This record gives sequence, C-alpha cells and structure tokens, in this order.
Amino acid sequence: MTTETLAKPATDKPTTHRRHSPGMRKKKHPGHYISRAGAILVGLVFFFPFLWMLATSLKPTSEIFSTGASFLASRVEWSNYVTAWTAIPFGRVIINSFLVAIAGAALTTVVSLLSAYAFARMQFKHRDKLFLVFLGTLVLPQEVLVIPLYIMMNKLELVNSPTALIVPFAFGAFGAFLIRQFLLSLPEEFEEAARIDGAGSIRILWSVILPLVRAPLAVVAVFSFIDYWSSFLWPLIVINDVSQATIPLGLSMFSGERGTDWGPLMAAATLAVLPSLLVVILLQRQLVKGVSMGGFGGR
Amino acid sequence: MMTALPTLAVKNGRKLAGTPGHGRLAAAYLAPGMLGFLVFIVLPLVASLVISLFDWPLFGAPEFVGLDNYARMLTGDPVFWTVLGNTLFFAVSYTVLNLVLALAVSTWLHHLGSWGPFFRVLFFIPVVTPMVANALVWRLMLTDDGVVNSFLANFGIDGPSWLSDSQLAMGSLIAMSVWQGIGYNIIVLGAGLNGISPNLLEAARIDGAGAWQRFFRVVLPMLSPSLFFCTVMTIIGSFKVFTQPYLLTLGGPGESTNTIVLYLYRNGFSFDKLGYASALAWALFVIVMLITALQFSQQKRLVNYDN
Repeated sequence: MTTETLAKPATDKPTTHRRHSPGMRKKKHPGHYISRAGAILVGLVFFFPFLWMLATSLKPTSEIFSTGASFLASRVEWSNYVTAWTAIPFGRVIINSFLVAIAGAALTTVVSLLSAYAFARMQFKHRDKLFLVFLGTLVLPQEVLVIPLYIMMNKLELVNSPTALIVPFAFGAFGAFLIRQFLLSLPEEFEEAARIDGAGSIRILWSVILPLVRAPLAVVAVFSFIDYWSSFLWPLIVINDVSQATIPLGLSMFSGERGTDWGPLMAAATLAVLPSLLVVILLQRQLVKGVSMGGFGGR
Repeated sequence: MMTALPTLAVKNGRKLAGTPGHGRLAAAYLAPGMLGFLVFIVLPLVASLVISLFDWPLFGAPEFVGLDNYARMLTGDPVFWTVLGNTLFFAVSYTVLNLVLALAVSTWLHHLGSWGPFFRVLFFIPVVTPMVANALVWRLMLTDDGVVNSFLANFGIDGPSWLSDSQLAMGSLIAMSVWQGIGYNIIVLGAGLNGISPNLLEAARIDGAGAWQRFFRVVLPMLSPSLFFCTVMTIIGSFKVFTQPYLLTLGGPGESTNTIVLYLYRNGFSFDKLGYASALAWALFVIVMLITALQFSQQKRLVNYDN
C-alpha cells in the first residue's frame, strides 16, 4: 500500500502534464495523429503562396497560366532569374537594400542604446515625463509624417539618396524602450564597482553595460533591419531612380514595367523573400522576444 | 507577462545612491536620440498640421487657405467618406478575423507539443518577408485564370474575379492581410499562453470545469493582457493599410478598396496636393489617437492584470 501511494505521483505526473512536456511519451491518443495530420495540411496551405512563387519563377512565360494549378511546367526556366537579375537591375537593388538596412539598423541601435542608458541610469529633471512623450510616438503612424519629411528631403536635396532612406526612421522609441526595460532589470553593482574604480560613464557603458545588453541590442538590430528591408511607402515616395531603389520598390517598379511577365517577377520576389526567410530561421529567438515587446509597431 | 506593454512601464523609480543628478551628462547621451526625435518626428507632426492649412503643390509657391482643406475633406469630397468607410471596414474585419484566428491557432499550437514552435515560426514567415513580394504572389494567385480559380475549376466551380469584382475585392485584401499579419499575434498569444500556470488549469479541472469552461473562465481572463496588446497593435496597423490595395487592386474597382493612406499618397504624389494630403494625414492621426485612447481608457475594465 505504501509503495503504491508513493509510486503513484511519480507515474501520474507525466500523464497530467503530458501536453506540456512532450518529451515524456505515453500511449498516443488517436486524436494526436489527426491533430498532426491537420497541422501538416494547415502548414502546407499557409505556406502555399511561397511554394507557388518559387514554382512560377521556374515556369516559361507561355506556360504560367496554361499549367493551371500544377506546380511543374514542361521544363525548368532558370532564365527567369537571369532576366530578373539583369533587368531591374536586381544585383544593385539587393546591395542597396543591404546597405540601407545595415546602416539603418546600426544607427538605430547606437542611438537607442545611448538614450536607454540615460533614461535607465541617470537622474535628471522631467525624465519620466520626457520618456512618456517619447514612448507615446510608438503608436504614431509613420504615414502621418511622410509629406513633411518629403518636403524636408526635397529642400535638403536628399531625394534619391540612401541618407533619405536611412536617417528619418532611425529615431523611433521602440529600441530605446526595449533596452531601457532590460537595463532596469539589471543590478547596478557592476557599474557601481567600476565607478568606484574611477571609470567614467563612457568607459562603464563600453566595458560594463555593453557586454550585458547584447541580447536586447540584437533584438533591436534585427527588428530595425527587417523594418528597413521591408519598408515600401517611404522609398516609393523619396526614391524615383531605380539605381537607388531597395528591394520592395525595385519589385514594384519591375511589376509596373512588366505587369504580366510573371516568371521573372516571381523570380525577383523569390530572391527578395530568401534573406527574410534566413533571418526568421536563424534568429527565431530574438524575433519572438522582440514581438512580445511590441516590435514592428503594429503592422 | 505583458509588462512590456508600453504605457504600463513608464515609471523608473530607481535612484542612484549618492548621486544628486546628471543633467549635463544625461543631455550628452540623450542628444542624438532626442535631436532625431525632434527633427524627424515632432517637427514633421507639427509641420503636417501647418501644411494642411495651405494649398501646397510639389513645385511652386504654397498658398495659405486656412481650413479650406478640412472643409473640403468633410463636406466637399465624397471620396474621403468612401475611403474612410473602406478603411474602417477593413480595420474592423481584419482585426476581428486576425484575433479570432490567432487565438484559435495559438491555442491549438499550445497543445501540439513538440511541433508547436516549428509552426509558430512558419506562421511568422509572412510577417517578415517583404509585403510587396507577398502581395505580388497573391495578385498572381487571385487573377481570373490564376491558381485559385484553376483549383476551383477542378471541382467544376467557375471562380469569380477575386480582385476586380467590387463585392469581393475588399474581402480578398482582408484575406491576404490576415495571412500576412496573423503570425505576429500567434507569437504574442503563444507567449501569453505559456505564461499561464498549468496548476491553475489543473485546479479548475479538479473543480469540475470542462474544457470550454476552462478556456472562457481561466485561459481567456489570464490571456487578457496579451489580447489587449494584440488588439491595440493590430488596430493601429490596420489603419495604415497601403501596400495591399496599392499592389493588388490599385484601390479599385472604382473606389471600392481605396484606403486613407492610399488616398493620402495619391493626393500628395499623383494629384500634387500636399496640403490636402496633410489634412488627410491629420485625420488619420486623430482617428488612430482617439481609438488608442479609447482602448486604454477601457483597459482597466477589460484586462485582468493580477497574476
């Protein structure tokens, strides 16, 4: 009797928590397999547009509609990728996108870190009020600002420049907010010790804080990179020369010129999607963290 | 769990031991961020209001017209009301569909065991891929002889014109947008679900609560902070809808899928009316702020924060 009651919790536990600890295997309910089959089906339907994009990018133009719902045409048309690459010119557009997204992410991250450090670790007048006002702009649609920003860029003769793509959108509150929250959760002992040893604020930021905030910095950098990478309305407004275009604008210009040339267009779209796909797969953890902190300001 | 929600986390009660204040030092660190904030956010917001009082062409001299742009918007331009109606319809349908589906999917994924994380990432992919690429493939799929109608033809169904029928075009935009955006809410709600203690559900079960009862009486209230966060973000996002109508329907047929931001863009950069476009921008700004304020004022009533 005693052995039975003692043993019971041990065997009972995996059953009640089976759903939360999948590592513990017990006899599978038939519903389990139905649920998994359903998952595969839903996953395929959901991912279908990307599969269709890839399939179309490999079809000869004449067979894009004649093949109906079939993934395969009579032959694989790799030349769509050559057309996309040379016609847009896609190589240039991809380089532009990387330059803008990397420079934008770097600027955003550095500026956010500096502001976050001040908001989290320093005492000054109206600090919390200033932060509240700053934070309020998280819900301000950027679309409201594009007309004056365009006039500003025009006056500064920055239309059609990478500067116009990068600088105006590097000062949002998301990055500073995220890093500040993280800093507030860190103890100040290390900084205090460094201060007693005579280190100045720059030294403390560089050698004490920076190693500790790598995780939120990565989140800010990734989100900012993706924002610049995917941005469309602003490039559409401020860039009209294809040699300065980023990928979304390049795609849109290309579709404007060759509205019905779906093979090369889908080849270009596939090339545009691939880097984002890599980002999602490689940086899942940072993305999930950033999303639950309000990244992407409500797309 | 959702302490990350912006306005809930403003207070910074910390004081540094023995340091009275760092005014100048703080100013130096804040300078780049706050200068950029002033020049690229505050200034344009104010400038936008000023520009809206002018007849302002892309090239040539602006002319002060007082409140004429607003008067025209509210009384003399039927397209504005159509566009506003379309945007509201889109916002409500998109937000409701997105949240209901995201709640269903994230609950399902939560119980899917080891496959859950993989599917969560799968659903997140369209959030991150460029919307222009997403929209273009949907346009291809939904054209009259595209894959959707080819598929329907296999069952003898003569598929409709998804993008050029005024009854269907808005529905197609909503469907594409839900596909595009749902992964965001699935992740937030998934994190919320993970934060609910299994013991609590177990206690409810022992007390005799059925699956539905547990969902509505335990899971939903515990999830309300995440749901609130998702609702705020999704509604704000939905009012900014631009890329989908721009690429899928060009706002048509007629004005049936024209939205505020698309109309703003066209007024500014096709019709050469930057003043009127700025009035539209301020209308958008006021609407988004009102809705956000309304949501936050209802927060205490709707959201349960005692974990």
